[in-house]
Amino acid sequence: MRLHGISALLAATALASGFAMSASAETIKLGVLNDQSGVYTDLSGPGGVDAVRMAVEDAGGAINGNKIEIVSADHQNKPDVGTSVARQWYDQDHVDAIFDIPNSGVALAVQEVAREKHKIVIFSGPASSDLTGAKCSPVGIQWTYDTYGLAKGTGAAVTKAGGDTWFFLTADYAFGQALERDTAAVVTANGGKVLGEVRTPLASPDFSSFLLQAQASKAKIIGLANAGGDTVTSIKQAAEFGITSGGQKLAGLLVFLSDINSIGLKTAQGLELTESFYWDLNDETRAFSKRFFERNKKEPTMVQAGLYGAAKHYLEAVKTSGSTDADKVMAAMRANPVNDFMTKNGKVREDGKVVRDMYLFEVKKPEESKGPWDYYKLIRQIPAAEVTRPIEESACSLVKKG
Amino acid sequence: MTVLTDDILPTSGRAVRDEMIAFAVMAGLLLIVPLTGVYPFFVMQALCFALLACAFNLLIGYGGLLSFGHAMFLGTAGYVTAHALKVWGVSPELGILLGTAGAAALGVITGLVAIRRQGIYFAMITLALSQLLYFIYLQTPFTHGEDGIQGIPQGYLFGIFNLARPTTLYYVILAGFLFGFLLIYRTINSPFGEVLKAIRENEPRAISLGYKTDQYKLLAYILSATLAGFAGSLKVFVAQNASLTDVHWSMSGEIVLMTLVGGLGTIFGPVVGAFVIIAMQQYLAGFGQWVTVIQGVIFVTCVLTFRRGVIGEIAHYFRRSL
Repeated sequence: MRLHGISALLAATALASGFAMSASAETIKLGVLNDQSGVYTDLSGPGGVDAVRMAVEDAGGAINGNKIEIVSADHQNKPDVGTSVARQWYDQDHVDAIFDIPNSGVALAVQEVAREKHKIVIFSGPASSDLTGAKCSPVGIQWTYDTYGLAKGTGAAVTKAGGDTWFFLTADYAFGQALERDTAAVVTANGGKVLGEVRTPLASPDFSSFLLQAQASKAKIIGLANAGGDTVTSIKQAAEFGITSGGQKLAGLLVFLSDINSIGLKTAQGLELTESFYWDLNDETRAFSKRFFERNKKEPTMVQAGLYGAAKHYLEAVKTSGSTDADKVMAAMRANPVNDFMTKNGKVREDGKVVRDMYLFEVKKPEESKGPWDYYKLIRQIPAAEVTRPIEESACSLVKKG
Repeated sequence: MTVLTDDILPTSGRAVRDEMIAFAVMAGLLLIVPLTGVYPFFVMQALCFALLACAFNLLIGYGGLLSFGHAMFLGTAGYVTAHALKVWGVSPELGILLGTAGAAALGVITGLVAIRRQGIYFAMITLALSQLLYFIYLQTPFTHGEDGIQGIPQGYLFGIFNLARPTTLYYVILAGFLFGFLLIYRTINSPFGEVLKAIRENEPRAISLGYKTDQYKLLAYILSATLAGFAGSLKVFVAQNASLTDVHWSMSGEIVLMTLVGGLGTIFGPVVGAFVIIAMQQYLAGFGQWVTVIQGVIFVTCVLTFRRGVIGEIAHYFRRSL
């Protein structure tokens, strides 16, 4: 067995446990737990499971003679279902690591199960930065993005580019309020001004009065601190009210490629948003996306792409550490830099956050789009340092304060 | 509102014997679960929902009151217990007591409003009240909005039983369930229960006989709320979280579904219904998007082919009371 030795210590542990593992030839089991029937199906769902499957196939389906298996389940956006599936996977089915878990509520609940069982969980879908903040865990990793990065990315970039007056349309619950608060802080820090905000009830079908307030505020930018269905509805209705064609710009704080696909370019054009991946960025992302497209008939979202990267990095760590033991694999994942088609020199930090660059995009006008799925134009690549919460500000108890 | 039941006649000695046998079989089966290798967490969760469905059944099956807001009692008790355990650091028994008391208090308040109307209006009022509460919980800081409360410590019951051990926890939950179940059984077969049935069958007649029906209905409503809350408090120890799902209206719908699948107005029906629905959620989770479709098909089949529910049909076929 070949060792990608990083340190003498790592090599020694790898060697020791490598023998133990090859003796018992167990299967390495990966569990993908996500939404396969509800609002987050499009951004991950079966496509997310397939992304993990691609990573397993690329690893040759086995590591050191140990077969890799995948199980998947629908958490139905219920923390109860999520935790009981996770518990059963860890306890009975000997799943070594669980992936994805869009829906921050379910993710936070599964984080606790993983902590209790001391097994690895890697989040690609959920947004809450609490996962690597106050609720961080030694066995939890937030791979693809978090609310901090979204607020920083879109907020700072848009303000610096001249969008210095903001009006917020905020979904009236903890997530929306946190997103608004974080973004507003970024806007003011960059010399912008928040002219006002309006709180909209969750899952509101009618945004007209809120949009009229936003229009009357004369703010250059209307920040959408909401998610999923609310984002889609507010973007559509903003277009119907002629807000976007009237010179005001929308800034989506949590928007996925799949959302744009369902809204359509005509309505979504001009929207600025932050993501950590877009299929048409460079040759490598196009190569991965081509493979993904052939299998799933759609381009991958950043959550799906992130799942591939996360599974790949996990399997490599299992290989180098020669073990599926949570502590050893976590150590190896932290020690190895993250490098794949979407991540360049990423790093798994001690609080579990993956430090990576993000990208600011603007949604194309219909006449600029060359074909299906040609939706974004890149405005700026945002260096990791700007979109990652500085470790000194982390509320995570794992971070050693110097 | 008329309900499909065969127990309009006063309970006979044979019926009581049948029910005792069925109860012994159920309790016996549940007692040996930890020895069989069936995943205990699944059974515990099902037991909590079974108690919830039984509490709901007390109201609809025997009182004829269709509540479409029972999730609010489950969720309220869950939040109170979770908060008490995690933030105040109280002992488990006190946590359960606080949660159940919270649900009972909520039952008194909502009951006073809701029982003034019957049928669809009663259902709509309970739904409205539970939606009201849902949005309150969405905003209140102590519930942590849609993130919910996680990582709730299980602690030691009465200072001796370590609830973090699955087997101990299982028997504690089972004891709680059996206690609640027997309480409901006792209520149904008491003079109070007979009056409830009379109100269900013909309320004006019960009034003309001199019963203050509103008081009976209110009492049944509060009892049902309290037991639903008790189930919610127990569930906190199993799931170790309290979230908005438990207060959402779809949870109320699920309770109705469990009771209908098992058998409305039967004693054991809701238990079977709860096990069927929770087993589907758990074991069909791997089918992804098909879970809800399968659930829908089963519900439709149930309503079209065996309207009395699983237990209701069996009881009817053998002309027994179950």
